[in-house]
Amino acid sequence: MSGIAATLQKVYIRNLAEKNKRIDGRKLNQYRNLEITPNFISKAEGSAMVQLGKTKVLVGVKLDLGEPFKDTPDKGVLITNAELVPLASPEFEPGPPDENSVELARFVDRGIRESEAINLSKLVVKEGETVWIVFIDIHVLDHDGNLIDASAYGAITALLTAKMPKAVINEEKIEVIDEWAPLPIERVPIPVTVGKIGDKLLIDPNLEEENVLDAKICITFEEEGNICAIQKVMGLFTEREIEEAISLAEKKSKKIREEILEITKGGDE
Amino acid sequence: MNEEMSYMLEKKPEKLFRDDGKRLSGRDLFELRPIKMKVGILENADGSAFIEWGKNKIIVAVYGPREIHPKHMAIPTQARLRCRYNMAAFSTSERKKPGPDRRSIELSKVIREALVPALLLEKFPKTVIDVFIEVLESEGGTRVASITAASLALADSGLPMKDLVTAVAAGKIDGKIVLDLDSAEDMYGEADLPIAIMPRRKEITLIQMDGKMTPQELRLALGKAIEACQQIYEMQKRALLERYKI
Repeated sequence: MSGIAATLQKVYIRNLAEKNKRIDGRKLNQYRNLEITPNFISKAEGSAMVQLGKTKVLVGVKLDLGEPFKDTPDKGVLITNAELVPLASPEFEPGPPDENSVELARFVDRGIRESEAINLSKLVVKEGETVWIVFIDIHVLDHDGNLIDASAYGAITALLTAKMPKAVINEEKIEVIDEWAPLPIERVPIPVTVGKIGDKLLIDPNLEEENVLDAKICITFEEEGNICAIQKVMGLFTEREIEEAISLAEKKSKKIREEILEITKGGDE
Repeated sequence: MNEEMSYMLEKKPEKLFRDDGKRLSGRDLFELRPIKMKVGILENADGSAFIEWGKNKIIVAVYGPREIHPKHMAIPTQARLRCRYNMAAFSTSERKKPGPDRRSIELSKVIREALVPALLLEKFPKTVIDVFIEVLESEGGTRVASITAASLALADSGLPMKDLVTAVAAGKIDGKIVLDLDSAEDMYGEADLPIAIMPRRKEITLIQMDGKMTPQELRLALGKAIEACQQIYEMQKRALLERYKI
């Protein structure tokens, strides 16, 4: 949408926000319907299909043996990648990752890394030589707004349900044997995205709202109440608005964490 | 200086504070590193600035508003702001492979998002304004130093602006909130919180965080960072006055 139609819609969404209303009938602090299907891809060690309103994101976790980083010989490696494939939106184009997919992947990665969600020390096969590399691949399938939250929920669900084979050292050689255990996941970081229209804050903006937002910020919480990642994605906020966004995100992240833990508990059997 | 060098070379230090309560660099909790700014240092660019912030050395050039290539990148109603954050190969202890990596792609984006609110892009439709940031030497906090210098270069280019953009990082090291982390503090501390504001109205145009902080700690850190920005803002204004004094 462009030109006059876009302007009209912007005015419409702004007027609604002033009255604490939204274009899809939600309250300002209401999330869209969230459905997560773990173990969607059998070839992946972990996976999850996330549907957040009309946004669809598929996340796969693959494991591979490889070398640790030089400065962390006693830790496994986490690599997060995101692809905004052209089938997901008329706005997406093929080609190398653009800044939006880099930002998406790096922010999801930051929440998982900084909360120490994965105990990377338990992914060492032979210190300094061989460790497990955890690849999180985010595949956006249908873009209707708030890709960051949807991707992060997919990533943590996929990690929580992922299985890791056993690697043993047999006469100097590393062998992977058919004994599977869950990945050592110790925390569940949950981001919540808060948008600003005028002086109103709202959570989980859909695409129509994202197109007219004045500002957007993502805040990731872990269960002990610490914030482990923040990213202002666009626009500007006052100090008071940041505080308000934090308390909105804190409340909502608890609920979403409970939902995800409920889903992954069932998927473990 | 030498004292600082020797601790930089060590592996992970046991503590990030000395026995006298000062940081390893000798600074107090909320003390900034020395900052020097100079405006208008390049011949070709429409605007430029150089900043020395601790051992960070960063040069910023602004070109434009000018014709955009490729043409389909033009926005009919406003100028496009493009930012390129680039680290010189020799700017880090281990040589950095030249060219954009994922970190610099993200930084280029967040720096642009930090500068956009200060500009009146709608005054220059269909054009592009390019901000080129070259990090010549880095020592922690390059993004905030880049933003601080970039807003000077934009002002130097003569573009109309709502305000300058001023940036600084707060953080948490050994459980304490501090300002302006250097590389060791960034690497071994618990959290890093870079922010940028437009100081006149204290509007926040960049906030990122990684690490772990409670919401209370974050509030304190944010408040301290905003305070420090006022101090840096004064330096920015002095640097501009220095350039344009008669």
